Amino acid sequence: MLKKFVLALALSGVSTMALAQEPKIGGTINAVIQPEPPGLMLALVQNGPTQMVSGNIYEGLLRYSKTLEPQPGLAESWTISPDAKTYTFKLKQGVTWHDGKPFTAADVLFSIETLKVTHARARNNLVQLDKVEAPDDYTVVFTLKQPFGPFIGIFEVGSMPIIPKHIYEGTDVKTNPANNTPIGTGPFMFKEWKKGSFIQLVKNPNYHVKGKPYIDGIYWQIIPDAAARSVAYETGKVDVLPGGSIENFDVPRVSKLPNTCVTGDGWEFFSPMAWMWLNNRSPVLANKKVRQAIMYAVDREFAKDVIWNGLGKVATGPSSSAIKFYTDNVPKYPYDPAKAKALLKEAGYKGEKVRLMPLPYGETWSRWGEAVKQNLVDVGMNIETIATDVPGSNQKNMEWDYDISFTYLYQYGDPALGVGRNYVTSAIQKGQLFNNLEGYSNPEVDKLFEEGAVATPDSKRKEIYEKVQKILVEDVPVAWQLELQFPTITNCKIKNLITTGIGVNDGFRDAWIDK
Amino acid sequence: MLSFVAQRIVKGVFVLLAIIVMNFFLIRIAPGDPAAVMAGEAGASDAQFVQQLREKFSLDKPLPEQLFIYVKGVASLDLGFSFRQQMPVSKLIAERLPATLLLTLTAFAISLILGITFGTLAARFAGTWADTAITVSALLFYATPIFWVALMSILLFSVYLGWLPSFGYETVGANYSGLAHVKDVALHLIMPAMTIGLFFMATYTRMTRASMLEVKRLDFVKTARAKGLRDNIIQRRHVLRNALLPVVTLAGVHSGTLVGGAVLTETVFAWPGIGRLLYEALLQRDYNLLLGVFVVCSAMVLIFNLVTDLVYRLVDPRIEFAS
Repeated sequence: MLKKFVLALALSGVSTMALAQEPKIGGTINAVIQPEPPGLMLALVQNGPTQMVSGNIYEGLLRYSKTLEPQPGLAESWTISPDAKTYTFKLKQGVTWHDGKPFTAADVLFSIETLKVTHARARNNLVQLDKVEAPDDYTVVFTLKQPFGPFIGIFEVGSMPIIPKHIYEGTDVKTNPANNTPIGTGPFMFKEWKKGSFIQLVKNPNYHVKGKPYIDGIYWQIIPDAAARSVAYETGKVDVLPGGSIENFDVPRVSKLPNTCVTGDGWEFFSPMAWMWLNNRSPVLANKKVRQAIMYAVDREFAKDVIWNGLGKVATGPSSSAIKFYTDNVPKYPYDPAKAKALLKEAGYKGEKVRLMPLPYGETWSRWGEAVKQNLVDVGMNIETIATDVPGSNQKNMEWDYDISFTYLYQYGDPALGVGRNYVTSAIQKGQLFNNLEGYSNPEVDKLFEEGAVATPDSKRKEIYEKVQKILVEDVPVAWQLELQFPTITNCKIKNLITTGIGVNDGFRDAWIDK
Repeated sequence: MLSFVAQRIVKGVFVLLAIIVMNFFLIRIAPGDPAAVMAGEAGASDAQFVQQLREKFSLDKPLPEQLFIYVKGVASLDLGFSFRQQMPVSKLIAERLPATLLLTLTAFAISLILGITFGTLAARFAGTWADTAITVSALLFYATPIFWVALMSILLFSVYLGWLPSFGYETVGANYSGLAHVKDVALHLIMPAMTIGLFFMATYTRMTRASMLEVKRLDFVKTARAKGLRDNIIQRRHVLRNALLPVVTLAGVHSGTLVGGAVLTETVFAWPGIGRLLYEALLQRDYNLLLGVFVVCSAMVLIFNLVTDLVYRLVDPRIEFAS
């Protein structure tokens, strides 16, 4: 049954292509959003639900295909100078904000300056930016201090949302009342937010892509309980369950409901990767052999097949196979309890207590924590599970108060954006929630990541990143587990919902309903 | 009576103050703060981002200062600003309170009406199969966890039978008005209200039954019977009325826990009330919102208890408003 389900998932993309039809106009899509977003102003709030809703309201300069190739967004074309330091974007003309005012290069410049203050990831992405200028109303030129390989990959709507200068200039962006009625250039306009119930978006009749969007609007329904979300889909009250909306163990059952389509597409840009932070400062885990023993002790195929219902892929190292410069030519860690026991013995492990903190994100993650604990106990480790809620878990991670801690992070298409930050010494900073929380420090790795970010051409970057992946997999600073897959479940009448590597977060502009 | 009410209000203010101070510190004992939660949700954050959040929410100030600012705000009826929802707490609560009141008062009415009716019937037919059936059913509803009843009723009435909507306050997008809207809300209300109502109904049934059986044996009932009064009148005017005092006491106590019961029910049924707001505020360590909901809930309990004391007097005129 499991194999059939995974096969169906894999084939869903093919069937969608094969059934290409003429889009039909009209209708409303009901989708689930959970948890309720704290706000919809994408320059201020960057959590998942906000991006999912506001990806329809705001736009970025570029979009990215499922193979992460840049595509036109608010910019219709772009050029990169031969020295890879100047990026020139030609903006689309005739684009208007939802209030009718024209969109120009001044909005882009204003957005960049705002995001540097309010958007932690954008601030990091723009670290090599020397200046940004607008020679005319429809041209924006970014000049970098030095070449930065992933720069062309930082312009999607969640990473760099473009906000209206005429609304925010001269005001405190954080407290501007307009944040409650966001205005963008996107295919849908904000209509109503009934807190605790729904968010309503309606079609932007003046959208700059002719003929789009096809549907009249979207209702994002706020349903806090995972079982209730399944029922809402089952009873036809919602048409779209974005990835992660229901418990993983419920996915196969819901996927088999009549007229249900499932796809794993739309996560290529994010490439969520799950691993366990191994606190390299802990006397036990400071020993590389113990960390390697953990890699051998944990049955990751079991986790994939049983806990994640066959979804995802066992990780081979720090990079997801979906992002640039991935290699599987690295040391391998198959499930081998005997080898794990031998390594623990060699390391002189005497049964010291090791605290394991599962991710408090629901039943699937709790079960995963229990399975890993069992694996580690089986090879003779003394494991104590720490149970806590999300704030407690975040706090403990921020204060490095753990031994082994589950997490999953996005990789954003390029190792310089989403991988290096987890292993370089400069990213060890108490009080932050992500990046190098394990405390791993290796000057050679630091140097390679530094070189990889600014090297040209890509063949040089590839060489550097392949080298660093091998070193890291040998060192095991963290215990990589799975490349996660969060399937999007829809009623099959919804067509063309996911057309880019950003998935549901990129808006419903191409979606239509086959009535 | 007026001085009684005035005294109760003054006492209530002190109780509220104690609740605020206690909860203010209790919430902060739990690990993690709103900045930690929001940093996690942002998906990428540095220490600067977390510090910005802490400063924005005044979490970097000493605790006594934070408490002083909060209490000062409450004194001027300002419940503060919700860190996560980016809105004034009073506005958030005002938006959600009507839904909770509709749910809990409906559930309260269901539980009282059904509880007293079934309790009276059980006492009237004590020892018969009807009594056994009522007592066992009451026990069943009392012993079953609310969330399980909620999920099973969704399965039965929404999934299998398709009679009732499984979530929400109204049909989103239907834009009903007038009677159609009332009917729509009523349909959404049935399952959550019955889920809470049946749980509390069980206690009222058992309490009414026990109390009536006790009163039945008292001398004044025998006198009434000796006077030749009809059984219906004896049961209604003499037995039930005197047996209701403990039920009223219990109802007063329950009035507060109804909001607690609504946390689970509102979550399972996606009912947009303050119970759910409380649950979400707790998970997100939204201190101001959490405290705001506590203040409102505590005020509701105090008001309900005051009303209970007043109802005592109506039920039993022998009781005086002694302070």
